[in-house]
Amino acid sequence: MTDENGAADVVRAADTDGSELDGNTLAGPLGELFAVDLTVASSRCAGCGRVDTVAQLVVYGPDPGWVARCPGCASVVLRLVRSPDAAWLDLHGATSIHIPMVT
Amino acid sequence: MARAAVPGRLTARLAWRAARLVDVTAQTAAAHSLSLEVPGWPGHLAGQHVDIRLTADDGYTAQRSYSLSAPAAGDHVEITVQRVDDGEVSPYLVDSLQVGESVEIRGPVGGWFVWRPTDPQPVLLVGGGSGIAPLMAMIRERRGTGSHVPFRLIYSVRTPDDTLFAQELRHPTTVGTGLDISWVHTRVAPPGDPRPAGRIGLPDLVAHGWPADFAPNCFVCGPTGFVEFVADALVTLGHAPDVIRTERFGPTGG
Amino acid sequence: MARFSPGFGGRRRSDAEGLPPGQYLTRDFPVLSAGPTPRIPLDRWEFWIRTETGAEHRWTWPELTALPAEAPTVDLHCVTKWSKLQTSWTGVPVASLLSAVESTSEYAMVHSYGGYTTNVPVVDLLDGKAWIVHSYDGKDLAPEHGGPARLLVPHLYLWKSAKWVRGIELMTRDEPGFWESVGYHNYGDPWREQRYQGD
Repeated sequence: MTDENGAADVVRAADTDGSELDGNTLAGPLGELFAVDLTVASSRCAGCGRVDTVAQLVVYGPDPGWVARCPGCASVVLRLVRSPDAAWLDLHGATSIHIPMVT
Repeated sequence: MARAAVPGRLTARLAWRAARLVDVTAQTAAAHSLSLEVPGWPGHLAGQHVDIRLTADDGYTAQRSYSLSAPAAGDHVEITVQRVDDGEVSPYLVDSLQVGESVEIRGPVGGWFVWRPTDPQPVLLVGGGSGIAPLMAMIRERRGTGSHVPFRLIYSVRTPDDTLFAQELRHPTTVGTGLDISWVHTRVAPPGDPRPAGRIGLPDLVAHGWPADFAPNCFVCGPTGFVEFVADALVTLGHAPDVIRTERFGPTGG
Repeated sequence: MARFSPGFGGRRRSDAEGLPPGQYLTRDFPVLSAGPTPRIPLDRWEFWIRTETGAEHRWTWPELTALPAEAPTVDLHCVTKWSKLQTSWTGVPVASLLSAVESTSEYAMVHSYGGYTTNVPVVDLLDGKAWIVHSYDGKDLAPEHGGPARLLVPHLYLWKSAKWVRGIELMTRDEPGFWESVGYHNYGDPWREQRYQGD
């Protein structure tokens, strides 16, 4: 069996169908919600522990929503859905997020 | 971290604004550079991108990201769009939008895939197809600031006719000295070209990239398979992963 | 206020009468993804139904495709607003698969290869409302559209028709699946335009 992200049994990115983007494209959508540019932040994948910048996550979307996956294990790290009057954000696939700040 | 619903009454911090098309340059049969006028444009860094939003009469919207392919020039910004077959946004931008008409733009955004002229390290740019767009912004920024930072570009295209920015890149003296350009043709090479047609490989990166001990900053942009291969190859060649920055474009690289 | 993107129509071909509210007609078959397309060799493929007591029934590919099939022609309505009418499929009614297990569950979680999930009330999988389909338009179902097999439950928005289906878990309580847990409607009736939570 697999965990909820099911990454373990998916034959991965050699089977890219060419439509994948990356977290760079989330700069605008996340920029609606956050004062800092989250694409330069690093996230630790809750599935495998790998650390990548958000910009490097493999991203699917924008319809029906944004899904950012770990480049290593394909677990879902981040999800963002935009409805007409709200945004829904799920970050439970990231154990932690490190945001460089300038004092 | 728990899920959170963000109520709509928070004002979006990064706003959409009007962008009027003022000029079009056909790069290839499928790709155009669009010069947009955006009053009050705050300027941007080489490598950043914008989101473009289209709205139909009944309120239906579609949006996509496009790299800024030139440095900031007052209120004028340039994006370069390659038509994706059966795409939702790119066919409209390439084939329908007329000079004088407007779209909505949000940006500039994206602080990771960025080159600053104050960075002293040599730079390796590896572009595939329309992935050349943000790299062109870097090349033009370098020329515009009179930077002497050594740049090497490896540009992979299917055939010579698929070369974007051919005027500038095939006549490299126009982009300034200290920029070395080498070509990978994946399907059809120019007659007499010493490199036969074929996908980019390790030998191309060895011959035309920087040695790893020069510690260059590497920027790789193009279709997802291209980016993954090149980034992995650069690591294999000894470049540290954290000096390799990548941007994946969609099916045709944008 | 400036008028934007004159003449933009998206993928639309026309507005047709008889569509659910907010939908437009398309002749394409757009592919939307939340992840990489799973590739499952048929000799490893299986479909299971697990009841609330843990009892399980499994079918291999030969076993599933040997079952009596139907050939429904249905309209598809995607929450991203496109509708595609009169699509032809071949597959096994979910009701006949559910009859292989004993359950009093009212709720189901549909699981896909690759980890996608979506929740559907059991009553919405019975009585000719849902199939496990393995061909589309007379040909084997392509991976990009959910092949080798997907759930088809056309009276709900298309995100409920889970691609790359691998099993149905019968539950005593309802739980939100992949999109339902991040803002999409728990039920998803296109005729009541139940796109997002709170609609």
